[in-house]
Amino acid sequence: MPRRAHVQTTLNGEEIDFLCEPRQSLLEVLRDELNLTGTKEGCNNGNCGACSVLMDGRVVNSCCVLGVEAEGAAVTTIEGVAEGETLHPLQQCFLEEAALQCGVCTPGFIVAAKALLDSEPDADEGRVRHWLAGNLCRCTGYDKIVRAVLKASEMEEVTA
Amino acid sequence: MTTTEKPDYKVIGTRPIRPDGVEKVTGKALYGADIHLPDLVHGAVLRSPHAHARIVSIDTSAAEAMPGVLAVVTHNDLPVVSNKMMDMGEGISTASDMSKNVMAADKALYRGHAIAGVAATNVHDALTAIEAIKVEYEVLPPVLNVQDAMREDAPLLDESRHTKTPAGELSDNASNVAAHNRFEGGDLEAAYAEADIVVEREFDTKMVHQGYIEPHNGTANWNSDGTLTVWTSTQGAFAVRSALSELLQLPVSRVRVIPMEIGGGFGGKIGLYLEPVAALLSRKCGRPVQLTMDRTDVFQATGPTSGGHMKGKLAVKDGKITAAEVSLAFEAGAFPGSPVMAGAMCMLSPYEVENFKVDAYDVVVNKPKVAAYRAPGAPNAAFCVEQLIDEVARETGTDPLQFRLNNSASEGSRMITGVAHPRIGHEETVEAAASSDHYQSPIEGPNRGRGVASGFWFNAGMQSSVIASVNPDGTVNLIEGSTDIGGTRASLAMQLAETLGIEYDSIRPTVADTDAVGHNDVTGGSRTTYASGQAVYEAGLDVQQQLVARAAQLWECEAEDIEYADGGLRHTSDSEKSMTFAEIAGKQMETGGPIQGRGTVMARTPGAAYGVHVVDVEVDPDTGKVDILRYTIAQDVGTAVHPAYVEGQMQGGVVQGIGWALNEEYYYGEDGRMENASFLDYRMPTSLDLPMIDTIIVEVPNPGHPFGVRGVGEVPIVPPLAAIANAVHDATGHRFTELPISPRQVVEELHNLQ
Repeated sequence: MPRRAHVQTTLNGEEIDFLCEPRQSLLEVLRDELNLTGTKEGCNNGNCGACSVLMDGRVVNSCCVLGVEAEGAAVTTIEGVAEGETLHPLQQCFLEEAALQCGVCTPGFIVAAKALLDSEPDADEGRVRHWLAGNLCRCTGYDKIVRAVLKASEMEEVTA
Repeated sequence: MTTTEKPDYKVIGTRPIRPDGVEKVTGKALYGADIHLPDLVHGAVLRSPHAHARIVSIDTSAAEAMPGVLAVVTHNDLPVVSNKMMDMGEGISTASDMSKNVMAADKALYRGHAIAGVAATNVHDALTAIEAIKVEYEVLPPVLNVQDAMREDAPLLDESRHTKTPAGELSDNASNVAAHNRFEGGDLEAAYAEADIVVEREFDTKMVHQGYIEPHNGTANWNSDGTLTVWTSTQGAFAVRSALSELLQLPVSRVRVIPMEIGGGFGGKIGLYLEPVAALLSRKCGRPVQLTMDRTDVFQATGPTSGGHMKGKLAVKDGKITAAEVSLAFEAGAFPGSPVMAGAMCMLSPYEVENFKVDAYDVVVNKPKVAAYRAPGAPNAAFCVEQLIDEVARETGTDPLQFRLNNSASEGSRMITGVAHPRIGHEETVEAAASSDHYQSPIEGPNRGRGVASGFWFNAGMQSSVIASVNPDGTVNLIEGSTDIGGTRASLAMQLAETLGIEYDSIRPTVADTDAVGHNDVTGGSRTTYASGQAVYEAGLDVQQQLVARAAQLWECEAEDIEYADGGLRHTSDSEKSMTFAEIAGKQMETGGPIQGRGTVMARTPGAAYGVHVVDVEVDPDTGKVDILRYTIAQDVGTAVHPAYVEGQMQGGVVQGIGWALNEEYYYGEDGRMENASFLDYRMPTSLDLPMIDTIIVEVPNPGHPFGVRGVGEVPIVPPLAAIANAVHDATGHRFTELPISPRQVVEELHNLQ
C-alpha cells in the first residue's frame, strides 16, 4: 500500500486532518475517506462539474485536485453551504423554482453558483449562463437553474 | 391554457416544494454510489478492447493471486438461463441475451463488453488486478451500421440468428436482421397515381446516449442465508429484482432491491449491468461488493439509443396526405431489441393517413446493446416524417402548422396499428403553438430560419402499488415503489392530498424497497404520475371508505348516511355531526385500530401525448455553428399536477433533443472503437448554448385518469430533431437529412452548394 500523507485543511469552516494516498483525488478523499458524499462524481475528468467544491473561494473540480493539495487550504463543499437549518438563498431558490429534477448535478451547480454570487452579486443571465457552462445538467435544460440563480442574486442575503 | 373546464382543484395545479428537495440541495440525499456498508469492498470490470472477437480463453489466475484481490468472476459463474422473454418495462430481451450482455460468453460483441469482474479491498487494487487477467481473443471484423449489417455477406454477430419475417416465420439464411415487421393499409399505388405532390428522401441518424450525469452503480450483499440484497440507482427496483432472480436463478422473494436516489435515467437505467456481477463477487468473497462505472464505461457499455437509416415517401392531394411509405432500419446494438417498432407506430400518429406501408427492421451491430431513451424510437422516426411534412407543406404553399392542422388525427382516427385514438389533443396543441407569441412574431435577419414539428408518444400505463397509512395526528405516510427521478414524490403526494382533501404538507411520501410494497413497474413510459397517481387515488378512496365506516361506528348510523367531502366527514341528515380528517384519524385506536389504504392498478388508459415545437435558429455559414435563438414548446399534458415540474420535463426533453440534433453522436473508428467516449468529446448542451425554453401547457384531460393526467416526460424529445432541421432548411435553403447537423456537416454541405 502506498504510504499515506497527513493533510491538514479547513473543511466547511472546521480545521481537520486526514490521511490519504498521494494518488487519491480530493473528490475521492471527500467521498470515501471523510464520508461527505454530497459532492458527486459524474465523469472523473473535469468535464461535468458535478464534483465542484470551493478551494479558497475558487470553484475547482475536486476530481482534478489531489487530496494532498488541500493542505493549508479552505475547502467548502455542498455540506457547508447552508448555515445549520437555514438554507442558503441559492438552495431555497433551487427548491422554489423547481431547478432540480434528479438532483445529482445540483450540489455542483449550487457550489459553482455560490462562487459567482459571492464575487458578482449582480450577475445577469448571460453571465450566469457563461459561469455555469462548466456544469452539466441533463434533466432541466438549464432554464429553471438559471432562473433560480438570478432569483437568489436578487435576495437581500446575497446582495448585502 | 385550458381547453376544457377543469374541476376546482385545491392542490393539483399548485407548485409546492418537493418532499425530497432539502436533502437534494444540501447534499444529504443518498445515491447509489453514496452508501458505505460495514465490510464493504470495491470492484472493477474488465472490458473487451475489441468490437467483435471470439473469446478463446480467459486466465484469471494471476489476478486472483494479487494482493488485496478477493474474488474474480466471468460468464462461467452465471447460471445457464433460457431464452425466456424478459419484459423490463421499456424494452424486451431474452434472459439468455441479458446474461451474455452482463458478461460476454463465447464472443465479445462490442468494445466495452464486460468480460470479467474483480473484487478487492480497494478500487485501485481491483483496477490493477483486471489488467492481470489474460484473455485470448480471435479478432473478427465488426459491423458498425445497419446498411453494412444487412448485406448478405456481412460478418454475423450470431451465426444462429435468422430474421423473424412479417409472416412470423424465420428466414432461411442466418442474418443480422433480427426482425422485420410491416404495417400496411389502403392502396399506395392508387394514391401515388392521383397525387399532386410526391416527395421521397432518405435519412440517417447516429447512436446517441441518454447522458445522465450519475454513472451506473451496483452494490450487492449475498447473505449467508442465501438471500441477496442489492442497492442500486435504477428506474425500476422490481424490474431489477425479476431480472436478478432470472439471471441468478433465485426465487424472487429471496432478492431484495433497495432503490437509491437516481441521478437521471431517461430509459437507460432499466437494464442490468453491474448488479449481477456485484452479486456473484459478493457470493464468492462473502462481503458486500460495490461496483461503479466511469464515464467511458457508461458511454461504451450502457445505453445508448439507436442510430439508423430511414427512407420515407409522402403523397399529397388537395392539401391532404394521401399516402405514406416509410422504411426504418434501426441499430439494436449487440443483441436484438431496438425501438424500431415504437418509432414505426408513432411517426404517423399525429395525422390521418389512409394508405400506408411501414417496414421496420431490427438490426444487430457491434455496438452496445441499446436501451430505452425517452420516447424510444420516436425522435428518429419523426426526424424523417416531420421533414417530409415540412417539404410538402412548402410545396403546397401552406403554413406548416396549418398543414398539420388540416391533416391532424383526432378522436376516432385510426393509427397504423388499426387502433382508434381516444380523446387526444393534437389539434389543440397545434393551435396553441400557432397562436403563441413566438409564432406570431416574424423572424428576420440573414441566415435565420424557423422550423416546426409535431411529435407523438403513446405513454405507458402498467402496474403500480401504493400504501397510505393514516397517522393519529392526521398526517399520512404514502409508501410507493416508483423511483423518483424528477419530482414524482411531489406529484403523487399532491394527488393523495387532493383525493383526501387535506394539505399537501400532511402527506409524507417514501419510495420503498421491493420487500416493503407491492409490484411497481419502472419509472418509464411517462407512467409514474399517471399510473402510480391512479393507485394513489385508489388508496385515497380506500382510506375514505374506512374512515366512513369508523364514523358510522361512532355515530351509530349507516355508512350510507355519511359523506366524505372537503377533507372530512359529515352526516348527510344531521348537520351537528361532522369530523375533520385529523379528528377521525385520531380516533383509530378506539374504532378498530390502524387505518391503511391500499391502491393497486394495472393502468391501461394512459392517454397519448402530443407536442408541437417552434424553433428559430441562426446558422453561421463560416463556422457551420447553429445557434438556437428561441424555442417554444406546446404540449398536451392532460392535467398538469405540478406545473413547474411539467415545464421542467418539457424543457429538459427539448434540450436533449437539441443536443441530438446539433452535436451528439457516437463517433466510431473503422475498428469499432468509439472515439469520443467522454463528456468533452461527446458534446451535450451547456447553459451557454441555450436560450430560455418557453412552455405552453395545453390541458385536454385524459378521460382514463381520475384527474385527467397524461404522461408528460417523453414526448418533448420527439419533435426537436425535425423542428431544428426544418429551421436550418428555412435559414439555408438546404435540407439536412443526416444527424447531427454539426458545424462540420453544415460547412461541408453549404460549401458543396456553392
